[in-house]
Formats: sequence, C-alpha cells, structure tokens
Amino acid sequence: MTASDIHNRLQTLFPEITLGFDEQVPCIIVPADAIRDVALQLRDDPALLMDTLMCLSGVDNNDGTLGVVYHLDSVALKHKCTLKVIVPVDNPLLQSVERVWRSADWHEREAFDLVGMRFEGHRDHRRILLPDDWEGHPLRKNYEVPEFYNGMKVPY
Amino acid sequence: MGLLSTQFENSNVVITSVEGVLNWARLCSLWQMSFGLACCAIEMMAASASHNDIMRFGVLPRPSPRQCDVMIVAGTVTLKMASRVKRLYEQMAEPRYVVSMGSCSNCGGPYWEHGYHVLKGVDRVVPVDVYVPGCPPRPEALLEGWMRLQEKVRNFSLVKSETTTD
Repeated sequence: MTASDIHNRLQTLFPEITLGFDEQVPCIIVPADAIRDVALQLRDDPALLMDTLMCLSGVDNNDGTLGVVYHLDSVALKHKCTLKVIVPVDNPLLQSVERVWRSADWHEREAFDLVGMRFEGHRDHRRILLPDDWEGHPLRKNYEVPEFYNGMKVPY
Repeated sequence: MGLLSTQFENSNVVITSVEGVLNWARLCSLWQMSFGLACCAIEMMAASASHNDIMRFGVLPRPSPRQCDVMIVAGTVTLKMASRVKRLYEQMAEPRYVVSMGSCSNCGGPYWEHGYHVLKGVDRVVPVDVYVPGCPPRPEALLEGWMRLQEKVRNFSLVKSETTTD
C-alpha cells in the first residue's frame, strides 16, 4: 500500500476526524488527540499491520509549533508510512503511543527530554538523557545555554 | 642474578634515598581506574592490548577507585557525568593522579561551542596532572603521557613542598 492508500483507508475508518496528507513528503497529519486510536488501527488492521515503529522524532518547527514524526513499517506486508502530529508550543500535549508500540517508550521520553512535548498516558514519563534536575529542553530553537549547572561553568 | 649481582660481590646492600626507592616503586606500579567515557577509551584499550602493552609499565586496570592511583579521563565529560567523575576522584586514596586524555576532556573538543551538555575540560572539576592531546590520541601518545606522569612521580619529594606550576 502506498502512503496515499493508507491515508484514504484511515480517513474512511475515522470519518469524524480530519487527517491531512502532505504529498511532497508523503505523510499523514494526525490530530494530537487522535493519534492513539489511529496508531492502534494502523497496528491491528489486517490490511495495514504496521507492526514496527522504526523511529519517533521530536521537531521544533520554529513557527510556534512542535512536531512529532512517526516512521512506521510493516514487516508483514512490506510497506511503510509516516505520520506527523503538530502541537502548539505553549500547550505541547499529545497522546502517547507507548502502549501501542513498546519502542515508543524511550523515543517519547527522548522527545520530551530534548524538545519538550508531553505525552499523555505514558507510564514512565521522565527525562532519559539529561539529568533529572536539568532546566529546559535543549533542542528548542529558542534554548539558551545556562551559565552554570550545579556549580560547574557551562560555556567555554 | 640481576644487574646488581655483577656490581656487588658479597653483600646485598644498595644505597639509595627513601624517596628514591618509594618513588621508584610507585611509578612502576601506577594502577589505573578502568573506565572510559567515549571513543578515547577505545585507544586506551588499544594501549592495553598486545601491540602497545601498557602493562609493561606496571599499569593494572582496577575496578574500584579505592585501589587506583591514576584516573585516565578518556572521552567526553558530560555535565551529567562530571559529578560522577568528581565523586570517583574523591574516592581514590592519595597520592592520586589524573590523566586527561583527548581534546574533549582537555577543553571540550568539538563540543566547545555548541555542546550545551559537555563540560569544557575535566580540569573544571578535578585537578589534572597530564594532558594528552589528540582526537583521539594514538596509544603512543597515551604512553608518552604516561611517561610524563612517571617523571612527575619520580620527582615527588616527601620533604620538599611541591612546586606548583600554575
């Protein structure tokens, strides 16, 4: 199945939500409060069988929004697709897919750690790379390096 | 049977200073703390392997800081790791030495400008005795650094106060 076929199938299955489609980089744009249902459908639908979440990335779009990009693969049916969720930077809240694909667990924690979106329903929602007492999310475009961290000077 | 047997006919007496023999014993058995932080650790391991065989200088990797004389900081020291490095250093018994291996632990290396998470030189948290430059340094460079450290130990005096270099 191509990305556009997958988009059409999902749109017929979820008539109550609007799923966008980006032709240029074939990807399906999913609302933040629908991503969990869409993900479950993608995983369990016998015609889709997206059994693998290859990568989950956090993005700062630098236009007042943050994004999460999901790269899915079906080992069973040998097709792929990409999902995107876009959330506002002042309320970066979206559903977690950690219970859908276990690989999302650490990926979502990393996206939260570095870009700072919140994943609703994640069972272990805390930082993964940076220390627990770190302030801010360093891959935000407006991030500024602190002068000191725990008494250690940070800039060169 | 050794070198000395040709120089002394009957007695086994060698005259030296206390300092001399203590320093000689210490510099020939500098035990290293076995931990690595990044790619420099691979070169550190290569220095331990058969081609370079750092063990011929009496270097034994030890798993506990309490049994170590030297800490080789081999790799990028992140701010998260820095407090651990400092704690390990504090757990070592004196006299203790630190070799900073590679650009990252010398000064931040390639992360000097945009590395929000990297400590710009391990000397900001622990005192460093020898800096080994390189990215990463070859095992030969580490051996050179090691011999510089041995010189430092050889010149250590129990009675004279150590001259500070900085």
